[in-house]
Amino acid sequence: MANLLELRNVSKIYTRGLTHAHPTVALRDMSLTLKDDEPTILTVAGESGSGKTTLAMLLLGFIDPTMGEILYKGRNITSLTGAERLAYRREVQAVFQDPFAVFNPFYTVDHLLTVPIRQFKLARSKVQARSLMEEALTAVGLRPEDVLGRFPHQLSGGQRQRINVARALLLRPRLLIADEPVSMVDASLRANILETLRNLQRDYGVSIIYITHDLTTAYHIAKSIIVLYRGSVMEAGDVDAVIKSPQHPYTQLLVDSIPWPNLDQRWGEHPIIARESGSTGSSDACPFMSRCPKAMDICKARPPLYQITASQVAACYLYDKQPELVAERLSELLPA
Amino acid sequence: MTFFSVNGTAAIRRDNRAQAAADPGPVLQVSKLEVTYYTDLGRAKALDDVSFTLEAGQKLGMVGESGSGKSTLALAMMRMIKPPGRIEGGQVFVGDTELMSLSEDGMRRARLNKVAYIPQGAMNSLNPVIRIGAQMVDAIKAHMPQESRKAINDRCVHALRSVDLDPGVFHMYAHELSGGMKQRVCIAIGILLEPQVIIADEPTSALDVVTQRQVMETIDRVQDQINAAVILIGHDMGLMAQFVDKVAVMYAGRLVEVSSVREMFTDPKHPYARALISSLPNLDNKGVFRGIPGLAPSLLQLPGGCAFHPRCPYAMPACTSDRPEVLTLEHGRRVACHLFDAEAPHGQPA
Repeated sequence: MANLLELRNVSKIYTRGLTHAHPTVALRDMSLTLKDDEPTILTVAGESGSGKTTLAMLLLGFIDPTMGEILYKGRNITSLTGAERLAYRREVQAVFQDPFAVFNPFYTVDHLLTVPIRQFKLARSKVQARSLMEEALTAVGLRPEDVLGRFPHQLSGGQRQRINVARALLLRPRLLIADEPVSMVDASLRANILETLRNLQRDYGVSIIYITHDLTTAYHIAKSIIVLYRGSVMEAGDVDAVIKSPQHPYTQLLVDSIPWPNLDQRWGEHPIIARESGSTGSSDACPFMSRCPKAMDICKARPPLYQITASQVAACYLYDKQPELVAERLSELLPA
Repeated sequence: MTFFSVNGTAAIRRDNRAQAAADPGPVLQVSKLEVTYYTDLGRAKALDDVSFTLEAGQKLGMVGESGSGKSTLALAMMRMIKPPGRIEGGQVFVGDTELMSLSEDGMRRARLNKVAYIPQGAMNSLNPVIRIGAQMVDAIKAHMPQESRKAINDRCVHALRSVDLDPGVFHMYAHELSGGMKQRVCIAIGILLEPQVIIADEPTSALDVVTQRQVMETIDRVQDQINAAVILIGHDMGLMAQFVDKVAVMYAGRLVEVSSVREMFTDPKHPYARALISSLPNLDNKGVFRGIPGLAPSLLQLPGGCAFHPRCPYAMPACTSDRPEVLTLEHGRRVACHLFDAEAPHGQPA
C-alpha cells in the first residue's frame, strides 16, 4: 500500500554565522508515515520553539530538510515537477495560525478564494466559482454575504480564520496541515472549526496533522499525538493515554499547565522552572534535562524511545526497563 | 528586596492605601457606557448600557464572542475609541476620578497612571530598534518629567524584577526575548506607575500553555503587590476558571450576565452563558463538540428585543419585543434575561 506522506529520518538544522557556525536543531531525526487509505488526525504538540512549525514547513515543501527525505506518494517532494507538483500542491493544504498575517490587505477576501479556484481550474464559470465559494464559506459557518467583498480589516480574527479553513476546503485536499488553527479564535467558534476539521477527516477522508500547543483541543480532535520538545520526540502514542497518564516529565508539565475549565481542577502546584536563556548545554543531552525535576546523570546522553505500552512511548530513562523502539517505527504504534 | 523601596513608588503606595482606608467603595465603577460606530452601512452600537463595578484586588474576566464588544469596552475605558466610533455616554470612575469628563491632557496623564491597558498582541508592539529600557523610561518620563534619572531606572528595574525578569533585560532588544518574556515586559511597562486598574486584553492568546501559566501567575503576583483591580479580556473559559474572581459575559455589546466564577461555572443563568459553559471541552466528553448554534448577530441589524433570541432555546414571545433589563438576583448576580423577570423581587435595573 502506498503511503500518502512519509518522513524518513528528517532533520532540519539552522545555522547562524559564517565563521563560527552555531547550529540550532529545529527538528531531529523525525520519522513519520501517513497512510493513504487510513485517514487520521495526528496532533503534533509542544511549546514555542519545539519544532512544530518547522515540521509543517517541511511537510508543505516550503523548506528543505537538512538530512533525510520527505516522500509524497513514494516520490521525494523536492523532485516533483509539472502535474505531479501541482497535484501535491493541491492535495496538501495548510491553515496557518495567525489570521491577521495571511491576508493581503489590498485585496478583498474574494481574492483569497478565487486564486485557488483559478489556479487549479475548479470552476468553469464565474457563477460556478461563486457557488463553490459560498458553499465552502457556509460549511465553516460564515454567511457568504457577510464576508464576500469585504477587506480583511473589516473582519474579525475568527471570521478570517474560518475563511482560511474554507479556502483549504475548496480544494478538497488529501492532507491538511493545520498549524494552530484555533489558537486565535473564540471558544464558541473553536468547537465549530474543530468539528469542521473532524468531519473533513470522517466524510472526505482527509488526513489532518493538527499542530498545536493546546492539549485540550488536541485531546478532543485527535487519535494520536506526538509531543515535541526542542525538535525531539518526547512522548507519543494514543491521545487518551498520553493526556490522561503522561509518562515523560515534560508531558507531565504540559498537562499540568492546561487551564481546564473546571474549578476543582486547578493548575498544578509545582513551580515552573523557567527556560530563560537560550543555552542548550550539551547537544547530546536530553533536551529537557535543564528543566527536568527528575534529571539524573544518565540524562547527559540522549535517551532513546522506550515503549511503555502497546500505544505509548516516551524518550526518558525513567522507563529504561521497557523495550526500546527505533525511531523509524514510531508510526506503527500510533493508532489510525 | 522589596518592590516598594523606591521613594516615589512608596509615596504612591501610601496614597493608595490612605484612599482605600477612607473609601472602601469599588475602585472602578463603570456606568451606562455607550459606544456607537458610525459606519457607511449605518450605526452599530458596540456598547450598550454597560455598567459594572470592581473592587481593589478583584479580578474580572470579560468573555464573549469576537465582535461582542470586549475590546471596545477596554478602549472606551481608556478613551481610545477612534472615529468612526464615538463614546455616546456613560461614566467611568477610577477611585474618585471620572475619566470621561477629563480634558485630553488629563486623560493622557491618567492612562498608565490610573488605568493601564495591555492590548492584544502587546508583545508585538515593542519597538524593535529601541532597547527595552529606553521604552520603559519613555513611559515614565511622559508622566513624571521631574523624576531623576536614577529614580526612573530604579523604577524600571523593580518593575522588571516583579515580573520575574532579569534586570539585564533593560539593555536588550525585543528580538532577543521570547514571546513570554516580551509579554512580561509589557506587563512590567503596564505596572510602572502602579495603576489602580489594569486591563489586559488577551494577554496570553499567542503563548503556549506553560508560558501562559507563567504569565498569568506573574499578573496575579503583580496585582497582589500593587493591589490593583484587573480586567482580563479573553475567550478562554479555562483560563478564566483558573484566574478570575468574577466573570462578565458580553453579547452583542451588552453585559448579559455578571456572576462569581463559581456560580458561573456551576449554575450559569443566562442561556448564552449556559451554552458557553456547556461548549467547554473537558476530559469526560471527548469528541463531543457543542458549539453554540447560529451566528453572532451583526451589530448593524440587531434582532429586536433580546439580541440573543434567534439562537436561544428558551426564547419566549416577550423576547422578540422587549429588551430585557439587567436584573439583580441573589448574591448580587446580574442577568439580562426575561427568564428571571419573576425571580428578581424588585426587578430593578442594577
